[in-house]
Amino acid sequence: MIHSLFLINCSGDIFLEKHWKSVVSQSVCDYFFEAQEKAADVENVPPVISTPHHYLISIYRDKLFFVSVIQTEVPPLFVIEFLHRVADTFQDYFGECSEAAIKDNVVIVYELLEEMLDNGFPLATESNILKELIKPPTILRSVVNSITGSSNVGDTLPTGQLSNIPWRRAGVKYTNNEAYFDVIEEIDAIIDKSGSTVFAEIQGVIDACIKLSGMPDLSLSFMNPRLLDDVSFHPCIRFKRWESERVLSFIPPDGNFRLISYRVSSQNLVAIPVYVKHNISFKENSSCGRFDITIGPKQNMGKTIEGITVTVHMPKVVLNMNLTPTQGSYTFDPVTKMLTWDIGKITPQKLPSLKGLVNLQSGAPKPEENPSLNIQFKIQQLAISGLKVNRLDMYGEKYKPFKGVKYITKAGKFQVRT
Amino acid sequence: MSAAPAYSEDKGGSSSLGEPEYGHDPASGRIFSSDYKRHDDLKEMLDTNKDSLKLEAMKRIVAMIARGKNASDLFPAVVKNVACKNIEVKKLVYVYLVRYAEEQQDLALLSISTFQRGLKDPNQLIRASALRVLSSIRVPIIVPIMMLAIKEAASDMSPYVRKTAAHAIPKLYSLDSDQKDQLIEVIEKLLADKTTLVAGSVVMAFEEVCPERIDLIHKNYRKLCNLLIDVEEWGQVVIINMLTRYARTQFLSPNKNESLLEENPEKAFYGSEEDESKGSGPGLEEAAAPLAARRPYIMDPDHRLLLRNTKPLLQSRSAAVVMAVAQLYFHLAPKAEVGVIAKALVRLLRSHSEVQYVVLQNVATMSIKRRGMFEPYLKSFYIRSTDPTQIKILKLEVLTNLANETNIPTVLREFQTYIRSMDKDFVAATIQAIGRCATNIGRVRDTCLNGLVQLLSNRDELVVAESVVVIKKLLQMQPSQHGEIIKHLAKLTDNIQVPMARASILWLIGEYCEHVPRIAPDVLRKMAKSFTAEEDIVKLQVINLAAKLYLTNSKQTKLLTQYVLSLAKYDQNYDIRDRARFTRQLIVPSEQGGTLSRHAKKLFLAPKPAPVLESSFKDRDHFQLGSLSHLLNAKATGYQELPDWPEEAPDPSVRNVEVPEWTKCSNREKRKEKEKPFYSDSEGESGPTESADSDPESVSESESKSSNESGSGTSSDEDEDEDESDEQEADEKKKGRRGGQEASRDSGESDQSEEEQKKVKRKKKAHERKETSESSEEEGSASDSSSSESESASESEEEEEEDQTEPDTWRRKTPPSSKIIPKPKEISLLDLEDFTPPSIQPVSPPRVVSNSLVTDLEGLTLTDSSLAPSNPWHLVIQLQPPWASTSLTPPRQPPSSYALKLDSSMSPSSHQWGS
Repeated sequence: MIHSLFLINCSGDIFLEKHWKSVVSQSVCDYFFEAQEKAADVENVPPVISTPHHYLISIYRDKLFFVSVIQTEVPPLFVIEFLHRVADTFQDYFGECSEAAIKDNVVIVYELLEEMLDNGFPLATESNILKELIKPPTILRSVVNSITGSSNVGDTLPTGQLSNIPWRRAGVKYTNNEAYFDVIEEIDAIIDKSGSTVFAEIQGVIDACIKLSGMPDLSLSFMNPRLLDDVSFHPCIRFKRWESERVLSFIPPDGNFRLISYRVSSQNLVAIPVYVKHNISFKENSSCGRFDITIGPKQNMGKTIEGITVTVHMPKVVLNMNLTPTQGSYTFDPVTKMLTWDIGKITPQKLPSLKGLVNLQSGAPKPEENPSLNIQFKIQQLAISGLKVNRLDMYGEKYKPFKGVKYITKAGKFQVRT
Repeated sequence: MSAAPAYSEDKGGSSSLGEPEYGHDPASGRIFSSDYKRHDDLKEMLDTNKDSLKLEAMKRIVAMIARGKNASDLFPAVVKNVACKNIEVKKLVYVYLVRYAEEQQDLALLSISTFQRGLKDPNQLIRASALRVLSSIRVPIIVPIMMLAIKEAASDMSPYVRKTAAHAIPKLYSLDSDQKDQLIEVIEKLLADKTTLVAGSVVMAFEEVCPERIDLIHKNYRKLCNLLIDVEEWGQVVIINMLTRYARTQFLSPNKNESLLEENPEKAFYGSEEDESKGSGPGLEEAAAPLAARRPYIMDPDHRLLLRNTKPLLQSRSAAVVMAVAQLYFHLAPKAEVGVIAKALVRLLRSHSEVQYVVLQNVATMSIKRRGMFEPYLKSFYIRSTDPTQIKILKLEVLTNLANETNIPTVLREFQTYIRSMDKDFVAATIQAIGRCATNIGRVRDTCLNGLVQLLSNRDELVVAESVVVIKKLLQMQPSQHGEIIKHLAKLTDNIQVPMARASILWLIGEYCEHVPRIAPDVLRKMAKSFTAEEDIVKLQVINLAAKLYLTNSKQTKLLTQYVLSLAKYDQNYDIRDRARFTRQLIVPSEQGGTLSRHAKKLFLAPKPAPVLESSFKDRDHFQLGSLSHLLNAKATGYQELPDWPEEAPDPSVRNVEVPEWTKCSNREKRKEKEKPFYSDSEGESGPTESADSDPESVSESESKSSNESGSGTSSDEDEDEDESDEQEADEKKKGRRGGQEASRDSGESDQSEEEQKKVKRKKKAHERKETSESSEEEGSASDSSSSESESASESEEEEEEDQTEPDTWRRKTPPSSKIIPKPKEISLLDLEDFTPPSIQPVSPPRVVSNSLVTDLEGLTLTDSSLAPSNPWHLVIQLQPPWASTSLTPPRQPPSSYALKLDSSMSPSSHQWGS
């Protein structure tokens, strides 16, 4: 399956390599660099590249390329999924998945990669198991280790490996037992020129942070579970209970994890919390254009909309922009042609707007398309779909845990065409 | 630690220059000696007794390896530490060994004895890691030792060690393929292993070593199906892919008869779906029942088992698993059931862009074959300006495949916005897509053509060129009406520089020169003037144009043609010279009579068929979907061809295993008892429910029709309700009941004894029901309207009755997974069975049913099940105002008005059956 892995940074340096079978020369990455050059944009590097003797499957995460070398037929998603799991694990261990973090912890990275794959086939990928095998680096532990001479590597088989709940480690102990759930919903929408919704749907996830001692058996129920149209589960969830009772019943992993992700059916009308009035025009045969956008709240369920940012990818011929915002601040990067307007909160009394002139390259034809606006926003304490957690029960342990649920709505891929 | 990278950087390349000579080379002596000293320092650290120093040294060495620097000269110093007590040092030594053992085989042998000792260690982790390293050092001499170690580990107590043994098999095989026979024995043994931990790894080994030995799977087939849901994700992918291949060799095609009987089963199917989602769903059944009667296809229960047990995995968080199940359904499921995968695949489109890329490729292939499946999700494929170009183009492909008579206006409107995008590659692809829509859907051809003509005045040359090429193809379909467009195109020759576009225009003018008799010679004149400066493809077309004009209008163009031909005669490109010579011979009659030239007109101006614009994803589905080969559209190394369905099913009894055989029988027995009232409770995850949540009125007939149009998104889900065979119901019900009991126990709402009483009652009912169902079956498999009607009535009554008595949700559907737990001893935490007190295990007397009878009944019930009304339970739920459902406990007594409504909503369906 997976033969080798190369980590490559944005400037094209191979800064880590790991081989699970015979060594594959670094030169195999030349094919990758070639494809990268051809693609111009990092996003457009094809994830699967075929070379005379190998296949390269790569992902792009946090400004790093994870390039794996494959020799025989394997489902590409299998490899892609695994590479993302590797990146997630680094994130989990080092707090960030960056070149610096990986270089600083190269030994741990190597040990992790050794555990995660055996002969190219995934072995242990659950973070709870890995953490028992290889302890994440902390300042305290490195001090203790240097004094006592103990090591970061566990010497017994993690209990999870053998049980039917491989995701949870044994012997968890907390003085404060807590279980937090974040219901995060994102609105994906395409709004057309006239302001009508072309497409909108709600994508949600429930992220959990569980710090409970022992082997708690949780069940989480919703007020309105039927809202959830399409759900994907963390392996810990008992599928049958969900199917029969619409209750999420599970023995949770320890720590942070994604419990479910779901989609709310597209039939339900999605409330769009903001509207945008826009007037962007470029004059023929002149070197300027007008730019005017106003944002206002629409159906916001009485909550304030905050953290609004508008990003616009302006056409190439735009040289500069002279704008005045009534609220917030804006930046325009003349190189990438990105306009970013950071608004903050909307107050209904005074709607934020951004007006001004656009300088165009003189002589160049006017751009044919108006750029589309990408909008980010956040609404606290609201799940836009109306999903509500009913209750959380715990079985199997005696103590009373502290429970909390937080709702948040965000803009996902929210695009306004102009 | 931070010193390590710096260090290794220093020593970098020099170490790779061959260490032994450092002393002999005076020129570079200084550099090498310092290098040597550095290594010395590491060696010293490794030789000390202090673990902390050793560890430090090993960390530095590993950092070197990670950067791809050569550290092979340290081998002797490192290998000594293989027996080190410190586990972290040991692990790092293992890392080093695995990396360099292949290069230093002799020295590597020193470490073998340590591993052999490790294999006997009481700690399973040490046993496993010893085996891992032993099998990973690629030293051919130790093959016999490896073989022995693997054999021993395969019967180890610890499943973890057995898993490692399974991993070691392909390693040994790649080292020495002569061991295949022995390894197959080990694989056979491990395949029989009953733990989930081993299953994935051993199937992986099977796939690498002996994928052709499909016979090894027979005995383990059912076990693998049942274990599947508890196997870790990576194993699931491998097992599902393998089982797909297995099923293709062992079962009959579920769609074979269908394709013979019905020309267009898809259309019929999706048409009937409309009324089905009314809530009573007779439409499909009506269509399905006679169909079923006509063909005697009976799905092998094992085939069904596979489909049923993989389905819940569509909700896995792992994209790879979802894709694996999707391809399994695509390749194995009856047409009507394939629809379920669409929703899950669309979900993956929210994931990382690499995942999107792969999924879209597969969706593109599927959408050609099963367009209806993705139609409800059309909008999910709309393109955002922020998508990467490769994703945009794939989405466009899917949108084009999905376009049909009804949705083409919306699709075209989308395309209009795309055409103005800043991303020119994408615009070009959009124009191609419009062209394809226009060829496929005659109704919009003119609209598309007009749109494309407008694009000809676009400022971007690429856009214009692309439009010209597409217009050319479209015009070929109906040239007579489009003289104007051709004239317009002719004018463009002055401006367009893109060779392909110029060539296309010239070809068009040549081909349809009768429609533009005046302009054509003029174009030729211009082209003759610029002939030498043109690209090769344009030159060829100029020759073509000249020839065609000469044949139709020789008076005006004779000289021009001669001029062009003589220019071409001396062209640098031999293709053009050849063509010129050839053309001249054809059109200018020579002395020898020139039989050919008499037919020249026929040759040049023969009516040519219009080109068919096809998707590049057509016919890709002969590759197993989701595979690398499919993605590359070329056979990858080690790709296992997906076999065609067999004509005759091989003997199904090979999959029988001694013990489960009994359970199977009794299970079917149970199934028979309980199936009737419950079938429509299966599945339908949210199919009928979502509209329910939002608006309760949709139950009523009149409204449902309108809501259906928008609600077609869910219907694909529903259809499988009907087609899910009855097998499921029995155990589903069983599970459901248990689930219900469990819940009730949890909430402590009802006490056990009451529950048990009810159970007895229910069982009685079940018996009665069984009788009715069987009687109706005896009447024949054809849909007897009257009997089914009465049945459905009685059912609904019963269900209502039970609603009132049942405090819990037992009747709601349960997952179809793991029907038979092969050994009740094995308790998995995912299985709800361990929550059920043994006293209330549903017991049913095992009855020995002859095989033929079983299959007969199977067939009958298949037909029968399709007559199911869709779930009345959902109706009850729908009627609850949302605020009433504070907990999941349904109302004990549905108010009578609800019941009334229920009735009224049921009536139309029974009415339809009658008709």
